[in-house]
Amino acid sequence: MSHVDGNSLAGDLREIFAVDLTVATGQCAGCGYKGSVATLRVYQNAPGIVARCPHCEEVVLRLVRGRDRAWLDLRGTVSLEIPLES
Amino acid sequence: MAIVSPGFTRRRQSPDVQLPPGQYLTEDFPVLTAGPTPRVPTDRWEFTVGTEAGQKHTWSWQQLIELPAEKITTDIHCVTKWSKLRTRWKGVSLDVLLEDVETAADFALIHSYGGYTTNLPLEDLLDGQAWIAYRYDDDDLTPEHGGPARLLVPHLYFWKSAKWVRGIQLLLEDEPGFWETAGYHDYGDPWREQRYQGD
Ligand SMILES: [Zn+2]
Repeated sequence: MSHVDGNSLAGDLREIFAVDLTVATGQCAGCGYKGSVATLRVYQNAPGIVARCPHCEEVVLRLVRGRDRAWLDLRGTVSLEIPLES
Repeated sequence: MAIVSPGFTRRRQSPDVQLPPGQYLTEDFPVLTAGPTPRVPTDRWEFTVGTEAGQKHTWSWQQLIELPAEKITTDIHCVTKWSKLRTRWKGVSLDVLLEDVETAADFALIHSYGGYTTNLPLEDLLDGQAWIAYRYDDDDLTPEHGGPARLLVPHLYFWKSAKWVRGIQLLLEDEPGFWETAGYHDYGDPWREQRYQGD
């Protein structure tokens, strides 16, 4: 058996997304810049929230809120490094 | 043949016109932007239509403004729920720009200076429904509102009316744009309240 379904992620994701992600370190898919999410340039006067890399200005995160759901798009982010309590 | 309905005529002329569902009226012109405002000098501006066969048709600023232009008065509807009535624009119809473009495409992906994109069916750009607008309210279009030129396609939510337009890619297959890949509706008809995917 090579994989299990997404329900098995529930516990892990709940832990990840319950933390303050603004202290996470993100890497930009455009230029490779690494910095904390808090340093991103966020544009909010828009149909959604758009966060851009402070180095190359490429979009690294988009968050759209609908009536009963949200869309989080991270295709501009290579990875997020999230500090956890040891 | 024509059946005139006095009720309908009165409603059209009355100040409290009917808005698409969920919209409210605004008098000012909110500025929405997903990034830094591009400043494109007109001597470096160009507009390119690319076909699915790889052909390119390019217009300089001078060539654009020498084309026959139209004055357009239209209501606009933003997906963030404001509507603005009887906005006044001047621009070149896409019917003019696409007249000599040979294509079998059914879809278009609009590209902007600054990297923004939005998609729509090609037929929504034709038959007097869309323009490359470069004047607003008798003034040059400011960078905040998409100048030097923006797409104007007012029968769809206003995110489709791409600011800082730089070109149109004609495509055989639909290719979702910036907001359409992040939860917004692929088509965006305000009268059917197509805000989000699944609406
Ligand atoms: Zn970057």
